[in-house]
Order: sequence, then C-alpha cells, then structure tokens
Amino acid sequence: MKNAVIGNNKQKANLIVLGAVPRLLYLLQQETSSTELRTECAVVLGSLAMGTENNVKSLLDCHIIPALLQGLLSPDLKFIEACLRCLRTIFISPVTPEDLLYTDATVISHLMALLSRSRYTQEYICQIFSHCCKGPDHQTILFNHGAVQNIAHLLVSTSYKVRMQALKCFSVLAFENPQVSMTLVNVSVDGELLPQIFVKMLQRDKPIEMQLTSAKCLTSMCRAGAIRTDDSCIVLKTLPCLVRMCSKERLLEERVEGAETLAYLIETDVELQRIASITDHLIVMLADYFKYPSSVSAITDIKRLDHDLKHAHELRQAAFKLYASLGANDEDIRKKIIETENMMDRIVNGLSESSIKVRLAAVRCLHSLSRSVQQLRTSFQDHAVWKPLMKVLQNAPNEMLVVASSTLCNLLLEFSPSKEPILESGAIELLCSLTQSENLALRVNGIWALMNMAFQAEQKIKSDILRGLSTEQLFQLLSDSDVNVLMKTLGLLRNLLSTRPHIDHIMSTHGKQIMQAVTLILEGEHNIEVKEQTLCILANIADGTTAKELIMTNDDILQKIKYYMSHSNAKLQLAAMFCISNLIWNEEEGSQERQDKLRDIGIVDILHKLSQSSDPNLCDKAKTALQQYLA
Amino acid sequence: MGIGLSAQGVNMNRLPGWDKHSYGYHGDDGHSFCSSGTGQPYGPTFTTGDVIGCCVNLINNTCFYTKNGHSLGIAFTDLPPNLYPTVGLQTPGEVVDANFGQHPFVFDIEDYMREWRTKIQAQIDRFPIGDREGEWQTMIQKMVSSYLVHHGYCATAEAFARSTDQTVLEELASIKNRQRIQKLVLAGRMGEAIETTQQLYPSLLERNPNLLFALKVRQFIEMVNGTDSEVRCLGGHSPKSQDSYPVSPRSFSSPSMSPSHGMNIHNLATGKGSSTHFSGFESSCSNGVISNKAHQSYCHSKHTTTSLNVPELNNINVSRSQQVNSYSSNDVDMETDHYSNGVAETSSNGFLNGSSKHDHEMEECDTEMEVDSSQLRRQLCGGSQAAIERMIHFGRELQAMSEQLRRECGKNTANKKMLKDAFSLLAYSDPWSSPVGNQLDPIQREPVCSVLNSAILETHNLPKQPPLALAMGQASQCLGLMARSGIGSCAFATVEDYLH
Repeated sequence: MKNAVIGNNKQKANLIVLGAVPRLLYLLQQETSSTELRTECAVVLGSLAMGTENNVKSLLDCHIIPALLQGLLSPDLKFIEACLRCLRTIFISPVTPEDLLYTDATVISHLMALLSRSRYTQEYICQIFSHCCKGPDHQTILFNHGAVQNIAHLLVSTSYKVRMQALKCFSVLAFENPQVSMTLVNVSVDGELLPQIFVKMLQRDKPIEMQLTSAKCLTSMCRAGAIRTDDSCIVLKTLPCLVRMCSKERLLEERVEGAETLAYLIETDVELQRIASITDHLIVMLADYFKYPSSVSAITDIKRLDHDLKHAHELRQAAFKLYASLGANDEDIRKKIIETENMMDRIVNGLSESSIKVRLAAVRCLHSLSRSVQQLRTSFQDHAVWKPLMKVLQNAPNEMLVVASSTLCNLLLEFSPSKEPILESGAIELLCSLTQSENLALRVNGIWALMNMAFQAEQKIKSDILRGLSTEQLFQLLSDSDVNVLMKTLGLLRNLLSTRPHIDHIMSTHGKQIMQAVTLILEGEHNIEVKEQTLCILANIADGTTAKELIMTNDDILQKIKYYMSHSNAKLQLAAMFCISNLIWNEEEGSQERQDKLRDIGIVDILHKLSQSSDPNLCDKAKTALQQYLA
Repeated sequence: MGIGLSAQGVNMNRLPGWDKHSYGYHGDDGHSFCSSGTGQPYGPTFTTGDVIGCCVNLINNTCFYTKNGHSLGIAFTDLPPNLYPTVGLQTPGEVVDANFGQHPFVFDIEDYMREWRTKIQAQIDRFPIGDREGEWQTMIQKMVSSYLVHHGYCATAEAFARSTDQTVLEELASIKNRQRIQKLVLAGRMGEAIETTQQLYPSLLERNPNLLFALKVRQFIEMVNGTDSEVRCLGGHSPKSQDSYPVSPRSFSSPSMSPSHGMNIHNLATGKGSSTHFSGFESSCSNGVISNKAHQSYCHSKHTTTSLNVPELNNINVSRSQQVNSYSSNDVDMETDHYSNGVAETSSNGFLNGSSKHDHEMEECDTEMEVDSSQLRRQLCGGSQAAIERMIHFGRELQAMSEQLRRECGKNTANKKMLKDAFSLLAYSDPWSSPVGNQLDPIQREPVCSVLNSAILETHNLPKQPPLALAMGQASQCLGLMARSGIGSCAFATVEDYLH
C-alpha cells in the first residue's frame, strides 16, 4: 500500500473509498501489533494525508488525530516519529481545525517532552505548534507549557529544518504578544541572547525564509517594547532586512509579508518611518506592487497570470498598509508618497475594489495621508477622493467604518475644499447614524466629524445637524460614558453656537434643553477640560443678543459662573470670565441692567480680586471687565 | 558637497557628476548626477555630521550610497570601469573625513558582500548543465576515472570503474607499470626508472632523445643528492630513503601545487602521533620541505667551519655508514616488503600497502632513528668516495650525450641550461643550500615524473594530461582572465572552494 500511494492522489482516494483508513487505524492502535506494523500503518496514513484536502477530511472523519496522539505514548521512537510526521501533515492542512490540538491538556506537555527525542520529533512538533498557534489563547497555552525554554535551544540545532521550524514557532508565539516578547529578550542559548541569535539569522546570506521570519520575531519584540525602537538591531538590521524583502527580486509572497511586517514595525515610531522612507527607495519600490498582473504576464503564460492574479490583491493591500504607516506622522514623507506615480488614482481605485482587505487598506492609507493640510487642499481635491470614500461608508463593516469615518473627519475640516461636496452627498445623515452606534470608536468619529462640519458653517448646515441629530440624541451623547464623546459633543455645541444670529436662532429653538444640559454637566463629576468646554459654551451663549437673557434669568447658572471665577484652576476662571465679559459688554443693549445685576450678586468684588492676580491673562481680562463698569 | 566617482582626467574643479565620466550625490538637494548638469531626485539631503557611504558593485556595475548606515538604493547603473572615488567641496571651510575601510564602516558592508558571495556561488551551483539525462554524470565519472588511471591509482580506478559501470581505457598491467616507474622517479631512483622504462617501453626513449637526456640529467642530480640507486648501492644512504616519498602524485600540475606536499608530510607525521620520529626519518631521505629547511641551516653552519676536503669527508662517511649498517637489517626487511608490493600483481594499490607497512616499521625502530637524526647531515653522493667517482663518471657521459644530441638534433638551449644547472651543483661545498640547490628538492622530481608519464601515455594514444586537470587549469585561467577584464564576480569564486 505504501508504495502504491506514494505521489498518487488517485490511488489515495481509491484506498480511502475502499475503507483502508479504519483498518489501518485499527492495526495502528492494536497493542498486539508489532511496532514495525504499527509504524508502517502510520507511514501509510501519513502518505494519505499528503493528498488532497478531501483525503485529509476523510482521515479526520475517522478520528485519526486521537489515535495518532495515543501512538505518541509508545516507547518506540521510530513509531513516534511516524505518528508525528502524519500529525504534522494533517495539522498543516487548512481543513484541520487547530483546536483539535488543545482538546486534551496532557497532549501539549507530552509534545514538549518529546522535543528532546530526536531532530525529527523537534522538526515535526515545532511545525505543528507554529501552525496551530492562532491567537492569544493558544499563545498562552503554549507559553505556560514552557514553549520558550523548550524550543529556544533548537534555534542553534545543526539541522536547518529544525532551526527554521523553531524560528517559525517563535514568530507566531511572539506576534502581538507582549508577555512572550518580554520573555524572549532575556532568554539565552549557549551564552547568546535570543535577539542576537535572531540578528544572525537576518544575515543576507541566510535563506530568505529565515531572514523574513527572524525579522518578524524582532518586530514583535520591538512592538511589545522588549527592544527599543532605536536599538541598532532594529534600525540597522531588522528594518533594512524588511525593506529588502519588498524588493522586486523577492517572491510575491515574500514581498507581501515583508511589507506587512514593516508596516507593523514602523507604525507608531516617526524615526523608523523616516529611516524606512529613505531606505532603498522604498516608496518608489512599493509602486511596483500595483503592477500585477502585469501586461507581460498576461501574454507570456497563463500559469504566471494565474499566480499574479492570486497575489495581486495581497500585494496591493500590503502596499497600502505600508504607505499608511510611512505617512502616519511626517509631512515630508506624505508628500513623497503622494508624488509617487498615480498614487491618488491608485487609492481611489483601491477604495472601490471588490476585495474588502484592499478597500480597508486603501482607506487606512487615505486616512494617513489626510492628516496633511496641504494634501487636503490639493491632491485630495483634484481626485475627488470624497466620492469613493462616501461610497465605502455605506453598509460597511465596523472595522472599515472606523477608519473611513476618521478620514472623513479630516476631510470635513474647515480648510478642506471637500467639505461642501461631502455635505451635499448626505454626510450629515450618515454621521448622525454613526453617533448611535454601539461601537465607541464610531460614536467618537461620528460626533467628531459633525463637530468639524459645524465649525464656521452656515446656518442651514447647523440646523440640518441639529435636526439630523435630534435633541434627544444630543443629550444622549452628553451623558455618554466616554469622555471623548462628551468632549466632541460639547465641541459640536460650541461650534453650533457661534456668530450671534446663529446663537440666537438655536437658543430660541433649543435654549431650554441646552441650558439644562449645561447645568447638568457643571454640576456633574467631570474633568477640567469638560468643564472648561462647557463654560465656553456658556460664553458663546452670552455672546448672543436674545440668548443672553437665558443666562441672566437663570440665577443658578449665574451662581455657577461666579463659583468658577474663584475656582483654583486658572483655565476655568478664564472661561468663566469670558462669560462675564460677554454679559457686561457696554455697547450692547441692556448692558447697564446686566452690569447692575451682576454687581448685586458680587461679581465686581471678584473682578477686583482677580485684577490683582499674578496670572497676567486673568489680570488683563479682569481689568478689561472692570473698565466696562467705569464707562 | 558632492560625493561620487570620476574617471581619470575629469576636471577636478567641478563637483563630481556634472561632467562626462563622473557621477555624484549632492548634499544640498539630495539629487544624483550622472554625467550631467541636471540631477535626478535620489535621496535625502545631507549635511554636517552625516556619514555618507558610496559603494561600487563591480559585479553588476552599479553604485549605491548610504546615509548613516542606511542604504539609499541604486544611484547609477552600467558604470564604466576604472573609476576613482571623488569628493567635491564647494563651500569655503568645508571639511570631510574619508574612510576607505581603515575604520569600520557604519553600513554593514560585510553583510552585503555575504549576500553577493552567496549569489555568485548559487549561480555556479545552478549553472545549467547537460541537455540529456545522465550525460553530465557520465562525463564527471569519466573525468574521475581518467584522472585515477592517469596517475596510476589502479586499485581505486578499478573499483571506481566497477561501481560506475565504466570501462577503463588502459590495461591494468599498463597502469601498474606506469605507477612503478613514477614511484621510482619520485623516490629519486632515476637509474632504475630509466632502466624500467627502457625495458617496458623499448622504443620510447629512443624516439625521445630529449626526454632521455632530461631523465639522465635528473639522474645526475639524484646522484649528487645521494638517492639514485647507482650511488646508493655504493654504500651511501640507508636503502630505506628511497621509498619514503609519502605523497602520491595527486597534484594537477605538479610544481604549482608543491606546497601541499610539505603539508601532507606534516599531516602524516602528526597523524602518527610522533612527529619527531618522522622528521628524523625524513631528513635521512631528504624528502619533505619542512625538514629540509631545518636541515639546511644545520648543514650550513657545519660546513662553513670545516673546509671541504676529501679525507675529512671520508672520515665522516665511515662513521656514518657504520651507523646506518647498525640498523639496516631492520630496514631491508621493510624495504623488500614494500618493493615487492609495488610490483606485485595484486589488485590492491601497492603504494598504500607500502606506506602502511612502513609506518608500522617506523614505530618499531624509534630509538635508533632518533640517534640517527641527531647525527645525520647531507653529504655529496651520500658521502661515499666511490659514489662520488661514479657521479663524476656519469657526469662525463652526460656531457658526451649532450654533445652528441647537439650534433644530431641541433642546438637546444633548454637542454644546455639544464645540464649547466645540474653541473653547477658541484661548484658548491654545500649544494643543498647553494643558489642552484632547489634542483635537489624532491619536488623537482614531479615535473620530470609527469613528463615521463605523459610520454608513456602518448604512446598508448591516451591524453598527456588528465581531462580533470585540464578542466581545473581551464577554470583557474578563466578566473584570472575575468579578473584582468574587470569582471567582478571572480572575486567570489575560487577553484579551491570546489576542491574538498
């Protein structure tokens, strides 16, 4: 059977149909079978597992995994190796659920123990681990079973395959896992620390697979804070290695992985972004990622076209991600990115691609670039990026909405020429609905975008926002548990309440509710920034013509203003003072009465005190206010 | 400031890159200038405190720059050869420090070279070979087989041919004959070598008078050396010196490879765990390079104090030959044993048998040898008066032969020089340390040996040189030619890398 099935998927399928698997498993599990027979059974099963995905499914249906795991308890090394080899083949198949490895807690510790048996057990077990470690739960299980200590010394094994599989294990164990990453930096093998061993594996004469995987390990460790971002092993070794992985000479898969890893490495560090941006013309190099399938490949051969097509999406999304990281903080880099050939067109096209992964990455890239005032005014306008962006926002999953709405926030800034057309395309409704989302980030972005939209906007837009949002929702947001949402909502209110006619108009329709909300917040337990913002809203209200009366007739509010004038925080004192100045300003109608009323409640005394203040701002402001009384 | 490359003769008053045949990267705008007044956007700007590196890749004729250790990517391609590093300064008071490798580079150039070395080696390893299945392998096997046959490793050649399904072109007996003659030559027993050749290949030397002459000149040298059979039997050296040439003719072109012999001797000695015994032994047969050198200085000091006169020489000789005789019984045993192995019609390699036997013997007579080594010194013709007379006589015959050759075949400057050099040995009190002393070096037997071997092979219509040696020589020449033509990849490929 063994010889019949090797390399012959048809024969494998035939044997499976004929019911060979249960029989083989029976013989394999039979204690009375000789070890030779049991080993041969495991070998044949391993060969069947090398076949198609359907073959693997048939094996799984026959409960092959528990049988093979049971086999690992045998004292015979040859048999154990055959079982492990078969297990390895099954676990690396995409149809095998990796959870099957974790169903029995004793399995992992037994596998750890088997690591010392031979180079084959080492290779297969490491390969099983690296394929079955998906997510933090698996990482923690393996970590708690001593994976780091048990596998570390395999990194210096004489067998390349063992070294490579051990390295892969570490790359999945450490990925986005600070606990593992922090442990790794302090582990040493033969007197050498793991980071040093990884750096050796980065050398340019090592196989690409090894360079790339060790760069991933070092990247995880760096992102976890286990290695400083200015450490030479990151700046002079890992980063250049990853940039090389993006070059045209590498395979498409390697270029995708290289770009994604590099994007992750430099995501939050501007210095690394700057270094990457000048290394080996990375920004230009990435432009090549968009040229698949190339026109040449379509003509030359169909196989290549197929290969290119398969990777085209992956390449584009990886390039967008890396551009997003590169342009996250530095204006010069953003400029260089946008100056790359057809960059904006590529982003615009990316926004409407069928692959959600590409769309998401394109939005990320756009978001990163939208932080540039100059770009908002020029290339963003030239390419009408708002159009596809608004389209992306329709019925998009949350992950996409978060980034897209963030981008929208930037596009709605007052200096952005995109603001008008975005409004016209029904952005208000969309943003208002975002503020009702369960997702916090979406609520923040929604209200933030509205706040930006309301800044120095015309009356109609402000009314539209108020109408779209509804006062109920506005109050809902003002009592949001998240301070960010609260701050942006207050910001929105403040932007709505600017320029006198607008203030009076809004206060005439929503005055009562707004005053209630203001009172509520000033009385509540909030931080200084929130209170300051609220006092600023009051100051804006006090700037209105008719709106003033809403304050003057509200003794409660007046007392609160008075209280904040004597508050220990200068910022709050200053904000309260703005209110007072607006109320007592001479040239306005009824100023005399307001001045009198305020004197009656003791404001003037406080002003006198403040005019002696050591804070020059407060002092100035108080003196100006007092002058209003003198005039 | 501009940093770059210029060909000879480029105007030194302008920044590199602006003029024809010059290339530069300028700090003020970060542009690269490729023999043109207008630059291309290339990299970041640079200024005080930055370390800028410029690397020319002679394999693909490109150039890239680095800034503070970070590679900025390729700046120029298709660079011409023979460019010089150039720095152009424009601002008064500008200062630049140049590092050509006297300090470590900030950029990891070693790592870059490692990558290229690997690339070149992969290119060699993956070089497409052979169009048809198995053809390549067959060719390689033929090369190995012909090499073994050429040098007379008959047992190995036989075994190799058997396991690779090949036929050996030459008869086994013929290989063994050649091997026997080669061994005699390499042991310095020229007289016997000539005799055996004449016996086995009767017309060979008759048809090749120049070869015969060369062999005879060598015989004369070996007489001076005291190793030739004709003088040895006259009571010179212990007979065991003759077979002690421990190195098989493994080199591809003998003279150039000669240092390896010294090494091999050394290895053998240490391998046996008692290098002192071996060197003592070796000096008696004046074989290895290492021991020879040590010995030379010793002899030299001796001979400068005592003037060369015959009675004294004789005195020393007497004492020495006695010494030798005292343990010769041991040695004769071994010698015979070995010799019979060499010519015996066994399928095994005679040489290997001989040497292992030999090592064994050596350990048995440790003590005597040490005594021997402390007293031994080299003497003309092994120190025997009779031998000296024989040598003088032989020299006259040689002179006569030379004259006859000139009459028959015309002038031959090579022959004339050969004879003159050989006779010059007699002009010195210590020929070994004389300016012409290198003729006495056993390594000099190798070219003679290989010429004779080739001549014999030619009579069998076999190649003068084994194809393997030809291929190696071709490869070495090719690398040399690449280096002269400025093809950089030759720096990462050496023939030795593939001789494991």
